[in-house]
Amino acid sequence: MMVLFLPQILFTACLLLAVFLFAHKASKILRNIKLGTPIARNDNKLRRIKMLVLVALGQSKMVKRPLAGFLHILVYLGFVLINIEMLEIVLDGILGTHRVFAPILGNAYFYLIGIFEVLALLVLLACVVFFMRRNLAHIKRLSMKEIAGFPKNDANFILIAEIALMLAFLVMNATDGIINGEKFWVSQYMQGMFASLSLDSLHLVERFCWWFHILGVLAFLNYLPYSKHLHIMLAFPATYFANLEPKGKFDNLASITREVKIMLDPSADPYAATPSEEIVHFGAKDVTELNQKNLLDAYSCTECGRCTAMCPANQTGKLLSPRKIMMATRDRLEEVGKNIDQNNGVNIADGKSLVGDYITNEELWACTSCNACTEACPINLDPLSIIMQARQHLAMEASQVPSAWLSMFNNIENNGSPWAFSPEDRIKWQQEDGK
Amino acid sequence: MENNFTVPTMAEITAKGEQIDILFWVGCAGSFDDRAKKVTKALAKILHHVGLKFAVLGKEESCTGDPAKRAGNELLFQVQAMQNISTLNAYNIKKIVTACPHCFNTLKNEYPNLGGSYEVQHHTALLQDLIAAGKVRLKDGGTFQGKRITFHDPCYLGRGNDVYDAPRSLIEQLDVEFVEMNQSKKNGLCCGAGGAQMFKEAEKGNTEVNHLRAEQAISTQASVVATGCPFCKTMLTDGMKHHNKENIQVLDIAELVAQAADFK
Repeated sequence: MMVLFLPQILFTACLLLAVFLFAHKASKILRNIKLGTPIARNDNKLRRIKMLVLVALGQSKMVKRPLAGFLHILVYLGFVLINIEMLEIVLDGILGTHRVFAPILGNAYFYLIGIFEVLALLVLLACVVFFMRRNLAHIKRLSMKEIAGFPKNDANFILIAEIALMLAFLVMNATDGIINGEKFWVSQYMQGMFASLSLDSLHLVERFCWWFHILGVLAFLNYLPYSKHLHIMLAFPATYFANLEPKGKFDNLASITREVKIMLDPSADPYAATPSEEIVHFGAKDVTELNQKNLLDAYSCTECGRCTAMCPANQTGKLLSPRKIMMATRDRLEEVGKNIDQNNGVNIADGKSLVGDYITNEELWACTSCNACTEACPINLDPLSIIMQARQHLAMEASQVPSAWLSMFNNIENNGSPWAFSPEDRIKWQQEDGK
Repeated sequence: MENNFTVPTMAEITAKGEQIDILFWVGCAGSFDDRAKKVTKALAKILHHVGLKFAVLGKEESCTGDPAKRAGNELLFQVQAMQNISTLNAYNIKKIVTACPHCFNTLKNEYPNLGGSYEVQHHTALLQDLIAAGKVRLKDGGTFQGKRITFHDPCYLGRGNDVYDAPRSLIEQLDVEFVEMNQSKKNGLCCGAGGAQMFKEAEKGNTEVNHLRAEQAISTQASVVATGCPFCKTMLTDGMKHHNKENIQVLDIAELVAQAADFK
């Protein structure tokens, strides 16, 4: 009796384990994101939903690069729709049924599986093109040094895994079709390969593919949190919470506003406005001083490098790469998270920080704040926000700025202009002859 | 170009008990940079000829704080902002026009939260309004007729504030052959001056941003590169010099309109 239910028990155990492990890791990521400072992004709910639908669901910015955009939409659509088939697989696994939807849906089931098969084939082909493009086409942003090692292997692994999963799905349908005398739209053309197999062997192949597919998907789910592929989930909150203000508008630091008001108004009570005993940081030296959206962005980045390809500093050979800023932020945040895990929930100083150990001053100083990176990002991530907060740390806490900037600061302070001209001369443009 | 009128300061206007339509925020570049001063004069000339009552702050104007903020010195930025806001509010300023996208962005977006809310226009938008209202008429025959002109989007005007059409529609009025660069509008390449880069040497690289941008402009075979930012103008002019293409003029939209306008 037990033996009869063994596959169902095994399946249910795998499913529960996979979901449990994923939930555990997801809660760690959520905790890490919450290490950042809070940021108010709950206004304008309607506009935010529109942004999510347009940019994340609708992929409106992906198609700026038409080939990659088109292929990505294929993979994405296929992925989402084939997940409907996953529902059947999960139910079959738990209930011990075979194609539980078939009798319910009748003829429609045949067409539904047919559509899924076409999508699976398109996903498969798109992934093959993506793989060749990534490894053979010498596209600069996909072959830069900053993605050597894990990031590049990660990208290739995902593509190979998707190809294998789609193949398993099609072979499963092909062999099942032979057994039951069905010819699904795509897999019927693969039946020839298995025609010589015995009925037992066909069952074996069909079951192997079924298990490979579902276990593969569950393994993939648990790989996501370690991968750039996490964007398939986080792209949605990332676009929802994205900046809706004009890109040129940078936040005014409220902590500075308090200081300046006290400076400029001698009657202000310097103690009245002090909010709490919390230490106030000017800018961000480490990930915990960035805001929660910055940290969500770091986990959402899929390292496509469109930002870096459009960055004027990077295009002219400077060290700065907005993608690397995002990757560094995620790497450092993961390190801080591990630190907390190992020290019973306390982040014990490890002598390292985002600025300095992961991002150099030279990178930060190369930014022209032109917003090419934020415009290029297909899911509205904001590397510039991280760069600017790091610059604030350098200028206001670390006192590390290029000497020319120090002169510029001095000129503004003393003359009200970044150049050393007298305010009295501001009106002189009227008098001089053409100069 | 020499203007035969004098622009009053707000102090003079107030002393006379007069009101203005709009404040002309000249900006540091517009006040002190030789190439930008020409733009200042051109815009003043247009404002004067259309009969707008306008004034400048003169010595009471101070840096908006934009380069300090972008360099990370938020403290200095806010000190500048609050001083300027107290000046502007003391004169009860309602409308501001400026020829500098950095001043424009800062005044429009970053001052309100510190207590300074004004209706701020970049000069290209104001010029577009004036032409649309028939207040600026262009000379018959077209001063720039037949010339090939391209436009470089200043980051803080374009991507920063989504102003792409105003400068383009102005150029089209000039009866010229308008041509876009490969990278334009939302994809426009920076001139290299933003983010306070104007005030330091560029970090080490294999070329300069302004050389690259000038190259893109040259490849359009335009004889005039128009822009709407004093820093872009400087960077691109230097870029042209680097490529030995000083025959290609880099001009602000205000200069183009002032030259083409029929002021009787």
